[in-house]
Amino acid sequence: MINKISEPDIKEIKNVSKQLRRNVLMMIHKAQSGHPGGSLSCIEILNVLFNYCMKHYPRWDKDVNFNNRDRFILSKGHASAALYAVLAQCGYFKEEELMTFRQLGSRLQGHPCNTKLEGIEVSTGSLGQGLSISCGIALGLKLDKIESKVFVLMGDGELEEGNVWEAAMNASHNKLNNLIAIVDRNKLQIDGSTEDIKSIGDIRLKFEAFGWNALEIDGHNIEEIYYSLQKAKNSDKPFVIIANTIKGKGVSFMENNAGWHGKAPNDEQLKQALEELK
Amino acid sequence: MARECKSVRSVYGKTLAVLGGINKNIVVLDADLSCSTQTQVFAKEFPDRFFNVGIAEQDLMTTAAGLACCGKIPFVSTFAMFATGRAWEQIRNTICYSNLNVKIAATHGGITVGEDGASHQSLEDIALMRLIPNMTVIIPADAKETEEAIKFAANHYGPVYIRIARTSLPDIFDESYKFDYKKANVMRLGSDVSLVTNGETLVETLDCAKILSDIGINAEVINVPVVKPIDKDTIINSAKKTKNVITIENHSIIGGLGSAVCEVLSGDYPVKVTRIGINDEFGQSGKAKELMAYYGLNADMLVKRITGLLK
Repeated sequence: MINKISEPDIKEIKNVSKQLRRNVLMMIHKAQSGHPGGSLSCIEILNVLFNYCMKHYPRWDKDVNFNNRDRFILSKGHASAALYAVLAQCGYFKEEELMTFRQLGSRLQGHPCNTKLEGIEVSTGSLGQGLSISCGIALGLKLDKIESKVFVLMGDGELEEGNVWEAAMNASHNKLNNLIAIVDRNKLQIDGSTEDIKSIGDIRLKFEAFGWNALEIDGHNIEEIYYSLQKAKNSDKPFVIIANTIKGKGVSFMENNAGWHGKAPNDEQLKQALEELK
Repeated sequence: MARECKSVRSVYGKTLAVLGGINKNIVVLDADLSCSTQTQVFAKEFPDRFFNVGIAEQDLMTTAAGLACCGKIPFVSTFAMFATGRAWEQIRNTICYSNLNVKIAATHGGITVGEDGASHQSLEDIALMRLIPNMTVIIPADAKETEEAIKFAANHYGPVYIRIARTSLPDIFDESYKFDYKKANVMRLGSDVSLVTNGETLVETLDCAKILSDIGINAEVINVPVVKPIDKDTIINSAKKTKNVITIENHSIIGGLGSAVCEVLSGDYPVKVTRIGINDEFGQSGKAKELMAYYGLNADMLVKRITGLLK
């Protein structure tokens, strides 16, 4: 039985998404370093996941339910700014700390580091490893008969890594129906369009051929994200959601521009971006 | 010298199976080599806790990392070449950077892989593993030390790399041997030269020292099973006594035990160090014993080389 998300919730998610985008841009601007494009493309996905879908505990290992949490792995670790913004919004740490992002001594490393920050299951940043790590976690949960789910957010460019497809085979072979992968399909990587550099083709068909259930959605549409996550939770096989997104979403001059993959806005650009996100 | 030899790989497999019965958190992963690595012994006893990921070493390491995230203690086995070479970056960025409790017990290290030739002879694994922060690196020399190293790894939190020989090895240590990962063992006292070694070359070095003593050279032999973190004191104390150190290893002379000893001595007690191992070259096919002789690592060749060095 899949519930629909309510209108007031959708309104709230949209408001929070705007604030998350503002925080992401302010963090990257303050550090003068970071990855705005791929952080902005996955805001709605993370927002719905953490606020309406995952069972998780901002007090982390101090919570008695800690072992029963759903797991989240940011395989596209360069979208760390987006994850930190969501973790702060959920209460893992104070929002002020966001402004230490990427600076010397900060817990908010350029790419997520589990030994520094609570809320991070495992360090990521080197692409292509998150799906396989998630397979291991899914196997571990099954061994312990824990019903929790493992959510892993991948980039579309990272599907060029062979480790991803080794893991795709692993997941279906081991019938990991507690594993839910989300591909942030923003169609751009550092050097340009994913289809120009190494065409990924039909991601849904590829995963289906590897023995997964798959669903393609609009990755900025709250209802579609919510619906697909509910559906994925009740799957008999590993489930992949291919979320079509816009890189740089929400900031006119960043949208669909590969140049904003790993570049910080200057003062003027930040001002304009924040104006657009009012 | 004909001696009874034991398969250290069998010892590994049996030890894992024993530990698996004691600790339910131990899981084992292999990449289609469970007959060679002997993880099949564990697989037969605990099929639910054994995962064969197929011929996919990257997936092997990152899946183990995920299991460790759930509090499991994964033992991961394949050949040293593929464990440390193919999946180095998974070990570095996921296992070690996250400080996960993964044990990589790799078989078929060194030139003694034999007939398979250079593609399978890992002469670089110790260098590659020693380089990564958080990693402990162990090279056992016989059946007993292998058993002890595996037990240690299971009870020690953090990533551990253990190189398990392909060859069968004669017993060096008896049942009373206690493995202390902070200590190198002085196997033989001497005053003329310090021979520092581990793994498959320990027995050759001990035999070499015996022959040397017959011709009046009094060699001290030190076994360094744990190359990282290395026991500096034992090495420095021996160097103070002999002022002449020779390292012997079944590995490239670049980056392995020899380099580790040089790093210790150059900083704390500089003396001359000669590194014996495989020079900067690839190996080749041949029988393990022939290769040990060809590359100068058996007792007779060591005697020749060392007497030459001491002239």
